[in-house]
Formats: sequence, structure tokens, C-alpha cells
Amino acid sequence: MDHLGFIAVVYGTTFAVIIALVVRTLSQGRDLASKVADKDKPWT
Amino acid sequence: MDAQTFNARVATPTTRLVGAMAIVSLAWVVIGGLFITPKDVDQGDAVRIMYVHVPTAWVAYLAFIVTAVASACWLLSRKHSMGFDRVAGASAEVGVVFMAMTLLSGSLWGRITWGTYWAWDPRLTTTSFLLVTYIGYLAVRGLGGSLEQRARRSAVIALLAVLEIPLVHFSVLMWRSLHQKASVLSGDGDIKMDGSMLTTLLVGVIGFTMTFAWLVLHRQRVLAMQDAMQMTQLDAALRERADESKGLK
Repeated sequence: MDHLGFIAVVYGTTFAVIIALVVRTLSQGRDLASKVADKDKPWT
Repeated sequence: MDAQTFNARVATPTTRLVGAMAIVSLAWVVIGGLFITPKDVDQGDAVRIMYVHVPTAWVAYLAFIVTAVASACWLLSRKHSMGFDRVAGASAEVGVVFMAMTLLSGSLWGRITWGTYWAWDPRLTTTSFLLVTYIGYLAVRGLGGSLEQRARRSAVIALLAVLEIPLVHFSVLMWRSLHQKASVLSGDGDIKMDGSMLTTLLVGVIGFTMTFAWLVLHRQRVLAMQDAMQMTQLDAALRERADESKGLK
């Protein structure tokens, strides 16, 4: 495959950033959910 | 008085379904984009960047439009529901990340096809200006004040900032640009693209849109809990102050 390095950086960076964002959002959510009462969480 | 319960769950069946659909679609993009789709006649393998670059750009636009719509809903609704403000904020956060990824992938694609990572081209310049505008929007959201003050000032900025999107999109038509014009949404209905390439691109758009939906749903819940904690802490501080003043009397 031509330009493999460029293509790998694009795919690698994009999916790494998405995974990092998902992990951060989930961990922040779980951390806060254990401190905030259920009455303030309409989805529970 | 009922005992307070603290359920640590943030996900719901809906967000799990959206997340699963996003994972399947994005797996298709990686496999299809890297191994199944053919090379482009002109660009060769560099065209594989398109399956990531175009969907991330689409999601960034979508995110900023959602921010504007939610902001308008907050301003126009009688109750000024903070839910609208939180969706606006969550969507802008995700949009900024996707816009930055678009610029990065575009820059690397540009190095292959144009021979340079960056040019002060109309599309690139307006896109970077859009990114800076929404970073400013997030900075304004982080300023102090009440939740209502935050919602009001950020809603006004969001409604002004979204006007940049047509400028970015049509910049390639209005000025001479290195960036190619729209291939799929060209308006004449003639899509000059191989079937597997078009399918992978469309699955990419769906997959990244699902990812955006999942992130916004979860992120606005995080913001709701942060706001709730802020209000609880404020109530506690006010009670403490009131108790102090009673003690002085």
C-alpha cells in the first residue's frame, strides 16, 4: 500500500481519539453518578 | 423522607444500542476502507483517508448545527430548560474534537496530494477559523456565573457561530481553492465513485454519526450531574452561611 505511514497515522489517531473520548466520558460519568443522587439523574 | 439512592449507571438500553451500531459501522470502515475498496485512479491508496476525513467533517458540521438548534430552543422556550443548554455544550465539545481530527487528516492527505501539510487555502482557512470560534464558545461556557447566565451568553454565540458553516462549505465555490469540490453532494446527482467506495463512505458517515450521538447523550448526562453537584454545593454553602448568621444573632 502506498503512503502507508500517512494512512496509518490518520486511522490510528482518529480511532485513538474516539476511544479516549469514550473512555473519559464513561469514567467521568461513573464517577459523578456515584456522588449524585438518582433524583438528579432522569435516565435512571 | 426517602433515603437517597446513588446508582452509578450512566448508560441506558438506547445508548447501548447506539454504541453497538457505531462499533459495527466503524469496524466496517476500517476493514472496507483499508482492505476491500479499490485504489483511486488518480490518488491511489491516498483515497483511503477519505473514509475518515469526510465523515469527521460531516460530524463536526452536524455537531455545530445541533449546538445552534439546541441554543435556539433554550432561548425560545418559556421554561428555559437547562437540558437544551447541556445538549448544546456537549455537542460543541464533540464537534471541536471532530473538527480538529478533520484538519489533521486533511493536512496529511494534503501532504500526499498537494505536496504540503498546510496552505492558506479558502477551505482550510475558514475551517480553522470555525474551529477557533468553537474553542472560544467552549471557553465562554467555562466562565463563571449562574447556569442561566452560561446558557444565555453561549446560546447567543452559538447562533452567530453557526453562520460560518455555509461560508466553510461554499468556500470552494466562492474562491479559487486547492480543495476539491463536493463529490457526493454535488447537486447534479451524478456520483462518480465505485460502488464499494461509496458504500464504505456512507457507512462511515452513519458510523461516525452514531458515535457522535452516543458521545452527546453521555456527555450531556455528565454535564447534568456536574450542574446538579454545583447546585448541591451552592445550597450547602448557603445553608452554612445562614446557620453562621443565626449563630451570630
